[in-house]
Amino acid sequence: MRRLAALGSLLLALGLLASLPAWIGNSYYVNIASQVLLYAVFALGLNVIVGYAGLVSLGHAGLFGIAAYSGAILITAGYGHFVAIAGALVVTLGVAALFAVLALRGTGLGFVMITVALGQIVWGVAYRWISLTNGDNGVSITSRPAPFGLSLVDANPFYWATLVVFLVAVAAIAIFVASPFGASLRGTRDQPRRMNALGYNVWLIRFLAFLFSGLWSGVAGLLFLYYNQFVSPQTVALTASAEVLLMVISGGTATLLGPIAGALLVVIMKNVASGYIERWNFVLGAIFVAIVIFMPEGLVPGSLRLWRWATRRRRQHPAGPAAMAPVPHGSINGGAQ
Amino acid sequence: MSALEVSGLQKSFGGLRVTREVNLSVEPGERRLIIGPNGAGKTTLFSLITGELRPDAGSIRLFGREIVRVPSRRRAHLGLARTYQIITLFQRETLLHNVMLSLLGLSGLRWNPFRRFAQQAALIEAGRAALARVGLLDMADRPLSDTSYGERRRVEIAMGLAQNPKVLLLDEPFAGLSIEERRDVQGLLASIPHDVTIVMIEHDMDVALEFAERITVLHFGEVVVEGSRAEVVAHPKTREIYLGE
Repeated sequence: MRRLAALGSLLLALGLLASLPAWIGNSYYVNIASQVLLYAVFALGLNVIVGYAGLVSLGHAGLFGIAAYSGAILITAGYGHFVAIAGALVVTLGVAALFAVLALRGTGLGFVMITVALGQIVWGVAYRWISLTNGDNGVSITSRPAPFGLSLVDANPFYWATLVVFLVAVAAIAIFVASPFGASLRGTRDQPRRMNALGYNVWLIRFLAFLFSGLWSGVAGLLFLYYNQFVSPQTVALTASAEVLLMVISGGTATLLGPIAGALLVVIMKNVASGYIERWNFVLGAIFVAIVIFMPEGLVPGSLRLWRWATRRRRQHPAGPAAMAPVPHGSINGGAQ
Repeated sequence: MSALEVSGLQKSFGGLRVTREVNLSVEPGERRLIIGPNGAGKTTLFSLITGELRPDAGSIRLFGREIVRVPSRRRAHLGLARTYQIITLFQRETLLHNVMLSLLGLSGLRWNPFRRFAQQAALIEAGRAALARVGLLDMADRPLSDTSYGERRRVEIAMGLAQNPKVLLLDEPFAGLSIEERRDVQGLLASIPHDVTIVMIEHDMDVALEFAERITVLHFGEVVVEGSRAEVVAHPKTREIYLGE
């Protein structure tokens, strides 16, 4: 029964997402939906290392940007989209490996500071290595790929392509998290010393998780490149790393839906609310403060907690203790925990 | 051949020589008790044996094999398991998940990112068997945060036993337990077959003396007395250390 309900809501969500261009009105909103999805992929990738490995990275915009820059540079050099995408992902994985080797010398604050420094190095290269990156002017590309002959120039096909990538990311990360390796990773977050004594290679587990996280950051970076057809040093700035980290934290770390909710919140505030309120940054800040005060665990787990509390109260009152059956658990966040 | 042989082991933290010169030989199947006043270096000795700390000098042999340079995580694969004095379990997970993680640590499956951990029948079966051994099978699906201190101590032991170790190091398994819980854990330890060699640190003399065949007294990082139960209890040095005579 519960499985059926979960399957039903999953199908409903898929249907709503796939038919979004039909009911959302105009292409402006379709483009915003594409942005939400690409940032959700980025946040999901970051969540692997922040939520499941317990290592807070403030340098992930560097990986996101490396992918975007590599893709853009390969395309302007005359390579095809397939080569550019593959090349960009290989470069991103290489840089992620280097980041991981350096940053994993520390945990906690040490890890955060090293990732900040690495992100700033990428920013410095983007800003100052003008012959490669065109400096402050950024790199523009003039075309989007056309997989299987389908042009992605218009808003709707681009949205659907982004949706496919997003769904693959969600599925891949859901499988990863529920796997034995995912259980090992969460173990290293909660009790690293214990895990070592139990026979796990804590460093290697974290390293591989960092690569996986970097891979999805790179995929999101490529989506970003094709969405804007432009990349500049702003993309790899510290504020960009902080923004995606806020998505993960506000939505709920170590959940599957949290980073998606966080991406939705931030992108909508940035694009939609800024049309009505000039000081939208102030509103976003106020929302983050409210989340920290009322739902310190994040929007998704916080809402689940409220919902469970509300349904329990409702059930307790009319029927007494017999109705105190545990509230369905894990069905909403896809069993991510 | 000894199950565990420690010789000339030394460890200093700055100017503090926590382990001065420890020599220890434990026979296969033996139950060895290590006692000593606070700060004698008992837990440090365990950490040196499991490799969580690196000794300054000395050798550690597990069934004749030198392991002093083997990384800590590899020693688990060689049949060395320990429990902790301060409970270090996975709070958010169920009891079964805790024990399954212990089993997974020695399985090649731990690198697999595709299969579902919660559906690994072999791990579940072995995990439930380990919980049954410590009498916690009926609580297998309860989150660890919902269990009592005494139950957690038993989960610790279940995790150690689940790895099927050749040598099991128990760091104060009775600490903080009620009298009944002590009796439970005592029965549990007595039920461990003798193909597992056990070295135990314990302050509770009543339960510990009953369990151990041989006793090592550690004082200021050195072995001062070693022998059978009666020998150690009667030895003037033991009395000196414990009674200050």
